[in-house]
Amino acid sequence: MGRYVVKRLLQAIPVLLVIATLTFFMVRLAPGGPFDEEKKVPKEIKERIEKHYGLDQPLWKQYLSYMGNLVQGDLGPSFKYAGWTVAELIGSSAPVSLMLGLLAMLIALSIGLPAGLIAALYKNSPVDYFAMSGAMIGICLPTFVMGPLLILGFSSGMGWFAPLGWYTWSDMVLPSLTLGLYYAAYVARLTRGGMLEVLSQDFIRTARAKGASERRVMLKHALKGGLLPVVAFIGPAFAGIISGSFIIETIFFIPGLGRFFVTSALNRDYTMVLGTVLFYALLIIVMNIIVDLVQAWLNPRTRLE
Amino acid sequence: MKPLCCTLSLLFLAACSRPPTNVEAGLETQVLHFGNGAEPKSIDPHVGTSVGANNIISALLEGLMAEDPRTLDPVPGVAERMPEVSTDGRVYTFTIRKSAKWSNGDPVKPSDFEFSWHRMLNPELGARYAEFLYDIKNARRYNLGRKCDGGLWLFNTRKVQTAAHAAEWAKLSEPERNATFASLKPPEDSGAKPTCPFCKKNLEVPAWDDWKLADVGVRAHDANRTLVVTLENPNPLFLEKLNHYSYFPVHPPTIDRFNAHIRKDTKWTHNAGDYVGNGPFMLRNWAINARLETERNPHYWDRANVKLNGVYFYPIDKKDTEERAARAGFLHSTQSLPAHRLDFLTRKWPTHYKAEPYLGVYFYRFNVTEPPMDDARVRRAFSISVDREQLVKYVLRGGQEPAYGLSPGMGKFEAKARYKFDPAEAKRLLEEYIAEKGDAGRKLLENVELKYNTSEDHLKIAEAIQSMWKENLGVEVALLNEEWKVFMSTVEELDYQISRMGWIGDFRDPITFLDLWVTGGGNNNTGWSSAKYDDLIARARREPDLAKRFTIYNQCEDILAAEMPVLTIYFYRKHYLLHPTVKGWHPTVLDHHPLKHVYLKATD
Amino acid sequence: MTAADQTPGASLWRDAWRRLSRNRLAVASGVAFILVTLLCVVGPFVTSYTANHADLKSSYQPPSTNHWFGTDHLGRDLFVRTLSGGRISLAVGILATAVSLVIGVAWGSIAGYFGGRLDSVMMRFVDILYSLPFVIMVILLMVWFERNFLLLFAAIGLVEWLTMARIVRGQVVSLKNTEFVEAARALGYSRLRIIFRHLLPNVIGPVIIYATLTVPAVMLLEAVLSFLGLGVQAPMSSWGLLINEGAEKIDVYPWLLAFPAVFFSLTLFSLNFIGDGLRDALDPKSSKD
Repeated sequence: MGRYVVKRLLQAIPVLLVIATLTFFMVRLAPGGPFDEEKKVPKEIKERIEKHYGLDQPLWKQYLSYMGNLVQGDLGPSFKYAGWTVAELIGSSAPVSLMLGLLAMLIALSIGLPAGLIAALYKNSPVDYFAMSGAMIGICLPTFVMGPLLILGFSSGMGWFAPLGWYTWSDMVLPSLTLGLYYAAYVARLTRGGMLEVLSQDFIRTARAKGASERRVMLKHALKGGLLPVVAFIGPAFAGIISGSFIIETIFFIPGLGRFFVTSALNRDYTMVLGTVLFYALLIIVMNIIVDLVQAWLNPRTRLE
Repeated sequence: MKPLCCTLSLLFLAACSRPPTNVEAGLETQVLHFGNGAEPKSIDPHVGTSVGANNIISALLEGLMAEDPRTLDPVPGVAERMPEVSTDGRVYTFTIRKSAKWSNGDPVKPSDFEFSWHRMLNPELGARYAEFLYDIKNARRYNLGRKCDGGLWLFNTRKVQTAAHAAEWAKLSEPERNATFASLKPPEDSGAKPTCPFCKKNLEVPAWDDWKLADVGVRAHDANRTLVVTLENPNPLFLEKLNHYSYFPVHPPTIDRFNAHIRKDTKWTHNAGDYVGNGPFMLRNWAINARLETERNPHYWDRANVKLNGVYFYPIDKKDTEERAARAGFLHSTQSLPAHRLDFLTRKWPTHYKAEPYLGVYFYRFNVTEPPMDDARVRRAFSISVDREQLVKYVLRGGQEPAYGLSPGMGKFEAKARYKFDPAEAKRLLEEYIAEKGDAGRKLLENVELKYNTSEDHLKIAEAIQSMWKENLGVEVALLNEEWKVFMSTVEELDYQISRMGWIGDFRDPITFLDLWVTGGGNNNTGWSSAKYDDLIARARREPDLAKRFTIYNQCEDILAAEMPVLTIYFYRKHYLLHPTVKGWHPTVLDHHPLKHVYLKATD
Repeated sequence: MTAADQTPGASLWRDAWRRLSRNRLAVASGVAFILVTLLCVVGPFVTSYTANHADLKSSYQPPSTNHWFGTDHLGRDLFVRTLSGGRISLAVGILATAVSLVIGVAWGSIAGYFGGRLDSVMMRFVDILYSLPFVIMVILLMVWFERNFLLLFAAIGLVEWLTMARIVRGQVVSLKNTEFVEAARALGYSRLRIIFRHLLPNVIGPVIIYATLTVPAVMLLEAVLSFLGLGVQAPMSSWGLLINEGAEKIDVYPWLLAFPAVFFSLTLFSLNFIGDGLRDALDPKSSKD
């Protein structure tokens, strides 16, 4: 298995290079530059600044030097935040986003899995309809509506939580809940679907015929297979969570990477945008590897190639 | 029943045992939690430009003069007492306090100020607000000039203002001078480098060491702690301007250590130990995008009168989030408020809600270099077809005043209404234009575009005005929003027909609004140029008598009203939430609330 | 019967339809969706207000007989704005889905059918793009192209085609070696003809299901873009834009959020349930037994 992980990581390198290239050109070709504010400065000075940042070179040269630095781990300076490097900024904000993402995922799983299991167990009963409608609401309400609603209810309303920030443990509840509920809905539906699919298979009928209790049937025989769709979903879900975290971070004022990304994109902070995209891509790749491993463990018939 | 009681009591306990809010804790800790708007690009006084940067810089540094928290009149800051002024009003002599110290214990010296203004004016640093220091003699020459072996040249778009090789220059006749000027200032895109006609050397941007050559009017005498400042012209506003952060000192050994003389992107401002300042507070921790913490400066000369133990600045740029935070007791003050909350807050939070006069004007620029906005009739038509009263009453809803002139009223200067809402006249003007230009004119009017920087509030105003133009003029204007950076470059390149801007006054004199429009002014950005206007502004700068200045200002306003390069919309009002426990905070027209005077006390 | 004049799986469709019509939830959703769409298309013609008519004096009015859904900050009637916003949202949803459908189906079927090296390369490309944080890229695209309305469709569609391609490829690969395809090949039909007349009709099932589920995802994506100001631009409106405008005003002017949100959610609800229903109907091993 170790060999598999190494192999996948090595395969990831060309992918990252391609992504870096794509993003590099996409950002550089966009109109507007990071130093347009400095136009007041005499032309020579502006040129000197651009030279200092290498922006006067032809595009392909800039690309090569950026890639060269990248390979050595240097992501460059941020153009918007004077004196800070991209690595520093990502370093200070990424752990926050990751924490938010993990908590949201935990919430999604700890609400969604049981909900889906129960719905599958009591299929077509009121419990089932209730759970599935709840799930549907979670899917159909965007996070930027859910967030203010939760704040209205539990922060302004009950006064249990601060309305923003990421300073204490209790601050983490509402943001993770907002993000997590959305994915909990998907997890619930997928779990239910997956379980029902597995439960209709022959080997389950055999187990029942042999006299196993319903609970044993569900937990011992069906669970592993039933969870497959959920596990397959975790990869893209995680990608969605960290890509979409900027909404939560903006509403709740969380100093995460998402908020940095949005400001950088809107401010043409080239290096920051590139650094963030690469970081996200790396994260998604790693997540996919983990997911594939878990899938293989759950379903012995999948072979790790 | 029992489980229900248990649950309810647990919930009750949970609610009671929640930790105190920042506001509640503030009464004990004397820490102020300050909503500061978007994260500043830099808190280096020679680099930062935003209001947010100003708030932080003003806490960490202090200039020669400070301001009275109620009246904003200049009071001595780092200077021991009011300066001695020469009879011609040009030479100011400041004595630095003996007790003035930097946060690392070093004494504040007059040479620190000379060093700082040197850095501020150094052209290689490219400070945006360098022009603030042009009151000082020869400052402009150092900042904008070109150097060769014979000294410094300074020219503007039309002529040479000062020449190097003074002796040789004096010998030239007028036509010879014009010819020389042409060679000295080749067109921007010709790629030719200007060379001195006398010494044949390339004209270079002055370097750090050319300060002496420029002979800027600042002399520091550390031995007797005096700083002698010579101005270009007598200026009654000079003392007030000294409170602007562009005049604040920086700690020279720190700048030396970080080699930051001409670099904006060093790390000297990032960490607690490195940011050496002379203000009431010093930097404690800067978690970028999260919070900037400051604490008392134990070396501040006036520390006995500073009651706060620290100020935490929060870079919350979403107004809704900030407003929510203030209502929840997380912040003591906000930077602004979303327009749709004003009604609600006026009714339900009157003790917290502040709506104060603020020296600023919201306006649209016209690009007068391109049709159809090159025609004054069209500009006037667009301007007088906007119903400012309705806009202010129903869209803005914050008690703002409609603007029928550029500068807001201040002190004894009255903002006279120079035109009024007149849709009939507007329509007549447009018809006249179309009658003259025919189909071409009509076509031009169909493709007008208004650009503004992305913001919900700007969008609201733009939409309202867009519908007014449709209804009153029959013109459909398209709206386009751009991010701030892109927008700034759009405006500077005159790549627009109508663009939105707001301008906050830097000090309390109308010239801070009126001098924007001089020919080639850095913030003009309309392409509008009037020699008469330039002359008036130049005269105003040299005029020490306030009444006479105001007369000149009125003449300026008349020109602006006649030619209408800008469409003024309303005068700002500052709306924010302030918790009643914040004391020592007074409404001022520049929105200055010097934090050294602020403290937190329970209201009874 | 020759392979030429029997469309494979005809009875499959009839079975599916029967199953679908018995699914009450799906039928109800279908009806709801059609009603909403009709309302959005026809509604604005019926009311006397227009979507962009600003009447500043009547701003922020709660629902009344004059304005059934109330008014917004510029005094514009919310009822007509919700409906015309619906037009835009539905259009964006359907068009973007169509874009992703065309690209995805083409990509997937070509890769799946030709197999081998081409398949490898094409799907590798999909894998690489899958690793991109998509919303991020869309934001970059929108910032780059300065909010061209047509580009919005294309950008969103480009996000969604990947999964479509994978699904289609999977189906094509599994169908490739079935008997009726072999028969067609034996009869000498050209490759393209085989793709279009034999493979695609069988692929359509999953494609329709996925397309039905993509439309709500696209509408949600548009709403997210509106959050950043990158979606549909004023004075046009969309449900996403209206919801964003209303979201922070829940406690003061709740109708601004309530009405567009109800329409939005109802549409998403219905489409999701229709998609579920289709999935159940078209899959013989239905989970509702």
